Formats: sequence, structure tokens, C-alpha cells
Amino acid sequence: MQQLIFAIAMMAAGVLGCAAYFFGTNWILDKLFPSKGLTGPVASRNLRITNAIRPWLFLGPALLSLTIYLIYPVIASVWLSLHDRAGENFVGLNNFIWMFNDGEFRQSIYNNFLWLLVVPAAATFFGLIIAALTDRIWWGNIAKTLIFMPMAISFVGASVIWKFIYDYRAEGTAQIGLLNAVVVYFGGTPEAWVTLPFWNNFFLMVILIWIQTGFAMVILSAALRGIPEETIEAAVIDGANGLQIFFKIMIPQMWGTIAVVWTTITILVLKVFDIVLAMTNGQWQSQVLANLMFDWMFRGGGDFGRGAAIAVIIMVLVIPIMIWNIRNAAKEMEGH
Amino acid sequence: MIASSRSPLIWVVHLSVILLVTLWTLPTAGLLISSLRDKDQLAVSGWWTALSTSSQNMTGRAASPETQVERDGKFVIAGNLLESGVAKVSAFGFRPLQPTAFEADAVADIGDGQTLTVKDDGSYEIVSPARMEGTRGQRIFYTAAVPPRFTFDNYREVMRAAGIGASFINSLTVAIPATIIPILVAAFAAYALAWMKFPGRAILIAVVVGLLVVPLQMSLIPLLKLYNGVGAFFGVPAKTYVGIWLAHMGFGLPLAIYLLRNYMAGLPREILESARVDGASDFDIFIKIILPLSFPALASFSIFQFLWTWNDLLVAMVFLGTGNDELVLTGRLVNLLGSRGGNWEILTASAFITIIVPLIVFFTLQRYLVRGLLAGSVKGG
Repeated sequence: MQQLIFAIAMMAAGVLGCAAYFFGTNWILDKLFPSKGLTGPVASRNLRITNAIRPWLFLGPALLSLTIYLIYPVIASVWLSLHDRAGENFVGLNNFIWMFNDGEFRQSIYNNFLWLLVVPAAATFFGLIIAALTDRIWWGNIAKTLIFMPMAISFVGASVIWKFIYDYRAEGTAQIGLLNAVVVYFGGTPEAWVTLPFWNNFFLMVILIWIQTGFAMVILSAALRGIPEETIEAAVIDGANGLQIFFKIMIPQMWGTIAVVWTTITILVLKVFDIVLAMTNGQWQSQVLANLMFDWMFRGGGDFGRGAAIAVIIMVLVIPIMIWNIRNAAKEMEGH
Repeated sequence: MIASSRSPLIWVVHLSVILLVTLWTLPTAGLLISSLRDKDQLAVSGWWTALSTSSQNMTGRAASPETQVERDGKFVIAGNLLESGVAKVSAFGFRPLQPTAFEADAVADIGDGQTLTVKDDGSYEIVSPARMEGTRGQRIFYTAAVPPRFTFDNYREVMRAAGIGASFINSLTVAIPATIIPILVAAFAAYALAWMKFPGRAILIAVVVGLLVVPLQMSLIPLLKLYNGVGAFFGVPAKTYVGIWLAHMGFGLPLAIYLLRNYMAGLPREILESARVDGASDFDIFIKIILPLSFPALASFSIFQFLWTWNDLLVAMVFLGTGNDELVLTGRLVNLLGSRGGNWEILTASAFITIIVPLIVFFTLQRYLVRGLLAGSVKGG
């Protein structure tokens, strides 16, 4: 209760502080360089000055925050990755050399590539199929809502949901995990799925696919609806069947959107951490980069050099997508 | 639209969508149903059998020989194995290796001329020709058919004992300010980037787009060092709510600025021009015209940010800590997975409490969520 009051007070202070900053600085600016009600060179000079200063008042808090929380850390992480565990002595590329000789790191890279291959492809594929199918039925929107729902569930919550599905009981006793129950029903032997090396990666990927398909579906569904009717009508007149229309007319017009969905999920996959932590914590050869990095951050009091080096690797993998995004945004800006 | 609605193909479509929807909702449904089941039943049978009577192997102990009574020259211990009268005993036994040796109502010879009978309602009777010795009652193994039972006990248990209640408040304390504060900051910045002219604007927009994809992992270690340094310098704790609010704001700002700028840039230029002609300053225009018009975009972003901060585990673990008092719901759930890994009644109920708030937000405000997703992604392509 006390905490709740504290939170409400802090919330009010934060919001009021923010508002006070914006209102206050603008008021001071208008007082220092008044232009309202004035005419002549003084007014136009003041107007010019306020117009030059005001954008920076508006941008100030955002720029400060972006600098402290994103720009500075990127530089500092690179710097730390070249230093020892406490971040004091320069060690050159030792952290990276250690990393590439470390079995666990190589395992993580390998697993991350598996994730990168499977998850974006599967989520986009299912999203596209579901978007195309639900467009044709009257209860499509209800179906979409239900498939979109996992988006709202945390990775940890989703992990509990799926851990329950993968639950394992010794052979002969009643299985309470859905997967093993199905396997036993069809005459198979139950398995502790998340402990099977290599294959457990796929059982963890299913969770992320389950969450992300809804995202892919929503965006691809909008793209499907944005396809001009005329192109489809023309194809129908030319005698194309449903599948031909889908693959030869609709898909080619959606490449841009598919690429956006794909890259968005790719970035998410590179950062996947919660699922692995909750399901296996990297045991049974299911480690991934983000969890390994978290591990080194605190392992044995924390090795900041190695942790930062792993973070730098994740960053390097993201950079191509970042450049592609910036190019696209720049292109779009020119269009306006 | 392509396949005409009369085509037989439409049934294939209906069936495939039903299959997909089932696949996607079944996991969550299983969690919800399980969390409402009796914990003894949950441990021995799948949730899909929740509505059917389950058969459980159980162990009981007869009353101690001290309670025996003499009847017709024989000594009798009587009682009932079942606490409630709804279950039915189908078989019983007195050896651990043969727990179902006898059917209900049968008479079992347990040695020394003693006999044991268990009726299907759970009542038992041990009859002995001689006075029985000892203080410990005879062990009885039995198989009982238990009717389905649904209960809120699991929820009561986790709210009280597992610390979920306290974590729920922690999560609220983190998520609400971390949602509201960035909106204001981002809205001003987005307006400046959309409608004000100043040198370096294009570069700043490019920087924001670039920062959209910077992995959180890059920020963790330097910020942890920074927080520890600031904490030590001012003699305050390094892990505070203010710290995590600011961290969430920093990480959420690129998306917020990007979404809001795109939206504001799409507003009709004439409105702004005419206000400028009337002598309104940028500040007035922003407060009185742009902000109210941008409500849909503000709503979209606040839903994103709320879901993201509520569901976040990484930022909370690093910047708020993992002590018992400061765990948010996701962190608590990870802890329970470790410490109570086999207690599904605890895990399912806890998990459902952690996902209920986002689910409510999702179902009531889905419209804005979809709109935000589209603005954030389709335009980028």
C-alpha cells in the first residue's frame, strides 16, 4: 500500500516535472525574446531567435535520454569489450579470441543461427497463410484476434504455458503434458523434450513462433488488403486459379512488407533471452547469445569484458538490418 | 474473395482456420483450466480430462488400535478413508506392491486372523479375534474415482504464500510511470522532428531510426556501471524505481518518437499553416492542435510501452534487482519455475495472474495496437 502511494506520488512528480520543463522553458524563451504584439526589425529578429532555439527545447529531454541510454552505452560497450573483467586494463582482442575458442559461445552462435533460420521464416509463413485464409471467412476477425493474442503474453508467461505442454512423466504413468499425452496416445514413448540436445532448440523456437505469428499476420493482412483489386481481377479474367493468383500476383506485390516482418522478427530473435532463461537456462546445449551475455554479466561477480564482447557480437549481427532500415527511411523521406 | 463462397474449397478454409485457431489457443486454455483444478487432480491427470472423473491411487492409514471397540467378542477398528463423500473406492490392498489386490467390499485376510474390508464409500473395518496391539494404524492402499473439482484455492495460495501479490504491485509500480513519462517527452521531440525547421533534422531522424534496432544487450553493462557509479557517488541505492523508469523511457523512446513523428508528419499541413498565420507559436500549435489530433498514435504507443514494460524481464532483473521485495511478476515467475518447478498448481495460477493484465489491455484496446503495429512497420517498408 505504502509502495502504491509512493508510486503514484512519483508518477505525478515525473509527469508534472516533465510538463513544468516544457511549459517553463517555453515561457522563459517567449519572455526573453518577445515577438507577439511587436512589429519591425526587433520582432522579426526575436522570432528568428525563438524559432532557432525552440526545436532544441522540444528535443532536449529526448536527446539527453537517447544519449545516456543508447548512444553512450553502445560506445562504452565496444570500449569495455576491449578491457578486462573489471573494465580497467586494456586487453586488446583477448575477449574476442577467448570467445571464439569457447565451446559454449560457439554453441550459442550455432543455436542463434538455427533460431534465425527457423523462427522468422516460420512466423512469416504462418502469418501469411492465416492472413490469406481469414480474409475469406465471415468469422475471420475473431480467428485473427485469437491468434494475435499471444502477442500480449510475456515471454516468461509463454514459457510456463509451453513448459506445461512439454511436461514429462515417467513412462507408464498418466502424462499431464499435452505433447507427451499425444505421443503416448499414438503409441510412442514419452520424452523430456527440453532436455534433448539439438532438438530442444526447436521446442523453444515453437514458443517464439507462437507469439510472433500474430504480429506477422496483422501486418501481412493489411498488406493483402492494400493490393489493388484491378491486378487480381485482371488475373481472374486471364483464367488464373486461386493458388496462381496468390503466388504470382499477391506475393510479389507484398515483398516489401514481408521483408519488414522478416527483419523485425530477426532482430527479436537475436535478442531472445527470457524464453531460454525460463525453459532451460542454456542447459542441454540450448544456450543462445543473449542468455550467455546475461550469464557472464553476473557470473562470478560479473565479467564485464566478456559480457560486453558478446553484446558487441549481437550488435554486429544487427547492423546490416539497421543500415537497411535507415536507407528505407531516407528514401521515404525524400518521397515526401 | 477469390474463391467464391459457394465453392467446396471454402470448407477447407473454414476447417484449416479452425485447426490453426485451436492450435494457437489450446496452450493458454490448458493453463487457465489447470490453474482452476484441484491440485491433487492436476498432478495426476491431464487438463483435458478435467471434466471427467479421475481415478487416483492413494494411501491412507486406519485409525490407531487404541480406538478399537469390542463387538460380539471381536475387536473392531472402523472409520472412513475419504474425507468427502463424493469419491468412490474401486479397489484396495494392504501391501505397497499390491495396492489394488482386492475389489471394494471384498474381505482381505491381513494375517493373525485379522480381516480388512473397504466399502466403495471409503468406510473400512478391521476385525480381529484378539485385542490389537500398537499405536500405529494399518496402512491401506486404495484406488478412488474422484469427481472433477474446480477451485480458486491455487490463486489464494499464490497470492498469499508465493509472493505474487507483492510482485503484482511491483509490476504496476514499474509499468505505469514507465508508460506515461516517455509519451510526453517523445511527443515534443516528434513534433520538432515533424514540423519544425532546424539544421540536422534529417540526421536526427536517421539516428532515431538506427536506434530502433539497437539491442538492449549493448546498454546493460555500461548502464549497470553508470548506475552503480551514480549510486555510490550520491550515497543512494543503485537499483531504484526511478532508475528503471528512466531506463524504460530510454529504451522506448526511439519507437515512440518514430511512431509519433510518422503520424504527426501525416497531419494536414493547412491546419498548421493557418494557425501560424494567426500568430500562434509552435508551442501553442503543439498543445492545442497537434496533441489532441495525435490521440490515436499516443494510444498506440502507450499500449506498446505498457505491454513491453509489464512483460519485461531483462531490464527489471538488471536495474531493479532480484531481491524478494523488488521482484516483478515475470521475475517472480522465473524464480518459481526454479524453486517450485514441479508444482503446477502454483505455476499455472501464477502465470495466469501475470498474463491477465496484458490480456485485458489487449482485448479492450486491440484496435489501437493493430494501428500502431501498422504505422510502425508498413511505413518502414
